[in-house]
Amino acid sequence: MSNLFNKSAHELIGLLNQKQITSVEITESVLDRIDNVESQVHAIVTLDAESAMESARRADEMLAKGESRTLTGIPIIIKDNMCFKGHRTSCGSRILENFKPPYSATVVQKIQDEGMVILGSANMDEFAMGSSTETSYWGPTRNPWRLECTPGGSSGGSAACVAACESIVSLGSDTGGSIRLPASFCGVTGFKPTYGAVSRFGLVAYASSLDQIGPFGRDVNDIALALNLICGHDPMDSTSAPVEHPDFTTFLNKSVKGMTLGAPSQFFDKIENKDVENVLVEARRVFEDLGVKFVELSLPHLDYGIAAYYIIAPCEASSNLARYDGVKYGYRAKNIDGMIDMYCKSRADGFGDETKRRIMLGTYALSSGYYDAYYLKAAKIRTLITQDFKKAFESCDAIFCPTAPAPAFRLGEKTDDPMQMYLTDVFTIPVNMAGLPGVSLPGGLSLDGLPIGFQLISSHFQESRLIQLSSAFQSHTAHHLARPAL
Amino acid sequence: MEYEAVIGLEIHAQLLTSSKAFCSCSTKFGAQPNMNTCPICQGMPGTLPVFNKRALEYTIKMALACNCSINGISRFARKNYYYPDLPKNYQISQYELPVSEHGWVIIETEQGPRKIGITRIHMEEDAGKLVHDERNPVSYVDYNRTGVPLIEIVSEPDMRTPEEASSYLKTLHSILVYLRICDGNMEEGSFRCDANVSVRPVGTVEFGTKTELKNMNSFKNVQKGLHYEINRHTEIVREGGRIIQETRLFDPTSGATVSMRSKEQAHDYRYFPDPDLLPLRVDEEWITEIKNGLPELPAEKKERFIKDFGIPPYDAGVLTASRELAEYFEEVVNYFNNPKLVSNWIMTEFMRVLKADESSVKDSLVKPAQLAELLRMIEDGKISGKIAKTVFDEMWATGFSPDKIVLEKGLLQVSDTSELESIISKILDDNPAEVKKYLDGKTQVVGFFVGQVMKASKGKANPGLVNKILSEQLSKLSA
Repeated sequence: MSNLFNKSAHELIGLLNQKQITSVEITESVLDRIDNVESQVHAIVTLDAESAMESARRADEMLAKGESRTLTGIPIIIKDNMCFKGHRTSCGSRILENFKPPYSATVVQKIQDEGMVILGSANMDEFAMGSSTETSYWGPTRNPWRLECTPGGSSGGSAACVAACESIVSLGSDTGGSIRLPASFCGVTGFKPTYGAVSRFGLVAYASSLDQIGPFGRDVNDIALALNLICGHDPMDSTSAPVEHPDFTTFLNKSVKGMTLGAPSQFFDKIENKDVENVLVEARRVFEDLGVKFVELSLPHLDYGIAAYYIIAPCEASSNLARYDGVKYGYRAKNIDGMIDMYCKSRADGFGDETKRRIMLGTYALSSGYYDAYYLKAAKIRTLITQDFKKAFESCDAIFCPTAPAPAFRLGEKTDDPMQMYLTDVFTIPVNMAGLPGVSLPGGLSLDGLPIGFQLISSHFQESRLIQLSSAFQSHTAHHLARPAL
Repeated sequence: MEYEAVIGLEIHAQLLTSSKAFCSCSTKFGAQPNMNTCPICQGMPGTLPVFNKRALEYTIKMALACNCSINGISRFARKNYYYPDLPKNYQISQYELPVSEHGWVIIETEQGPRKIGITRIHMEEDAGKLVHDERNPVSYVDYNRTGVPLIEIVSEPDMRTPEEASSYLKTLHSILVYLRICDGNMEEGSFRCDANVSVRPVGTVEFGTKTELKNMNSFKNVQKGLHYEINRHTEIVREGGRIIQETRLFDPTSGATVSMRSKEQAHDYRYFPDPDLLPLRVDEEWITEIKNGLPELPAEKKERFIKDFGIPPYDAGVLTASRELAEYFEEVVNYFNNPKLVSNWIMTEFMRVLKADESSVKDSLVKPAQLAELLRMIEDGKISGKIAKTVFDEMWATGFSPDKIVLEKGLLQVSDTSELESIISKILDDNPAEVKKYLDGKTQVVGFFVGQVMKASKGKANPGLVNKILSEQLSKLSA
């Protein structure tokens, strides 16, 4: 069977179970595809073709013996910040250029136990700090829809892989929009679960109170399958929630008639891009046709989201990234004169500009005398934003809003203007601040042919509602089936 | 002008949990370097801490023993600073919301008991250890100790003399050891102390500028360091100088303190709540449960010993300084109800051999029942007190019962009246000059005769009987 790389996970699962294909065939097909397009997209940091083929053979054995699980044999790519035992996990940084962890992240372990085929690690902004995948030490990833554009970030490699069919599904992490933004830019479905739904053990930390792992897929059906696999309490992560997650696939293809979506004025007032506006109008019409009611909402503290985020995330990052000092692992500068010099040079050479900028921001904001004015105030804003959402969910099942202010921008367009880059995340950051689940769904293309996503947000641990709404939308639209012409 | 010192102590005590504070590595001391480590305590990327609840239980025990209030919600905070013994380059500690606050303990001073305030008791993780190569410009790091749970006990600046500081330190040390939550070993670093010192004219309320003293790794050194530092402060202030706020290291060889870093060089630790750990909740029920399980503490035990056993306060203080010793004492008294004799023996003979052999009560081969048996032999006149000491040393070395030792070595006291009569009459015959002195009224010469009898009997003569026969024979002579 040809072009297996083009199919969704649930299609491939059907074919595998009917013994029409093997995991080896799927994996070979995807590896061929990578061979053909990766030089243009540059979405992958480390390709483990050999170990992938080995996993595929093992998966076929599991299938043959009837020991397979739902996703056995399906290729996946993981973001370069998820520890994979014995495999390079560089976090897009020179400072971890050759770091091979002696342990696997909980999600990676789950993927392996499932019998999935890990192809390798996907490119990302250094330490997940960025909205374009341009801050990666390994160079930028390109948008499969238009190579001179960014795929968004920071999980740009994971999104681009799924869009370019270099993988069937992938995992990313989302701290301020790092799954949803690239999903929007690359025309794929990207899901950020509730904070605490997926274990962070083994996810190299950027901002611990905001980071959350989530999947990318061709459609929400694949997302539901991936969420079933990765959600769950992990005793190795104290912030992982001891909650029972439902089988998310049971929320696929269900009626959404009578459900209510909230449209926050603070979000819609900010839409300046005509294409984004059109996508939202069109998506709203689809939902209304499905019997969904819309209510206007107010989330008064949303405007402070970015400001507060750029205090809290850098504060945590400045501390999380302190461990990269050249003493124990990772990059150590040569020609050093003593301990302090080793620290300084290793970090000066090992980190890129954006990472340094955020370390400095955070260090400053936590300094004695500034803590109350910055960190503490930002923490208070965070509480207010959370309360805004809580109130909003009293009158709606989910919130409907844009994912990004505009379609993908060109490589280099915003690299010299951090403030412009930071504003890209205006619609996604508040979701992380409140720890809520959010999904970005393909909503159509701009006039000049770039994908545009829209976002659905629900209350804590109500992933199922998002699955239900997304599934209904995708059952009645074909935007998620559009593929770039690579 | 008279000056007085103002002293506050910060004590770090390693908790005796079997695993580390945030991972499952062993806390055992003395393993090969870096054997008790894992990716979590090595601070590897992506790893996360999971809190050992036993450490919290131990901390609450100490807090209750020190009359602290327990906070229903407390938080871990990150203390950020760079040092190679700290793999994450931050220490998980507590800052704004510690487990417990506002406590006190009573200490003994020469002027009587004094109440010392405790500001807070909080939990944190220990750092690793650096090993420097003397001949090469290389340092090695051992992370075995990294992540071992510690509590930091911060006192109010309530102490005025090094002796009070030492007494406070001993009081807390004995509480920790009583609770069996810390082994109290200062040399291995499981009990450490830093001091804040300042001086001020007697009668003033404001504090002088303080210095912080580090590296005093014994009770004696704490006193020495404080004495040195107080004198240094007093001299500077007397001459109109100013104290520089700084951290100083105590040098045990010279007995002096030397500057380590000034206030300007002090770290800005950039504390903030650790986002990897949830706030700790402690409910009243658990506190009550822990409270009910607390053992009798040294001060209570001391009072009870004075009251129930009628021993002097000094004895009670010595015996209750260690829980093991106190329990040993009680057991011996259980078998042999003469508390003062038991106390005398424990404070002299027993503690002498403990110290000489650097041994511990629980390792002693002399079990309480055996010591009781020995003391009963003295009371029954079977052996003399002096012989008993020899027997005790033998018991300590071999673990044999006193019975067996006395029999085998022929140490039974001579209480045979006729045998003693013949020894005594021979001594009186052999020493006519001394007999004359006695007859002349110099009765103190009796001591000489007793000594001779003991010598002749190799110490085995029953002293009471010797006195009786001697005075009978002498009075016959004088008649």
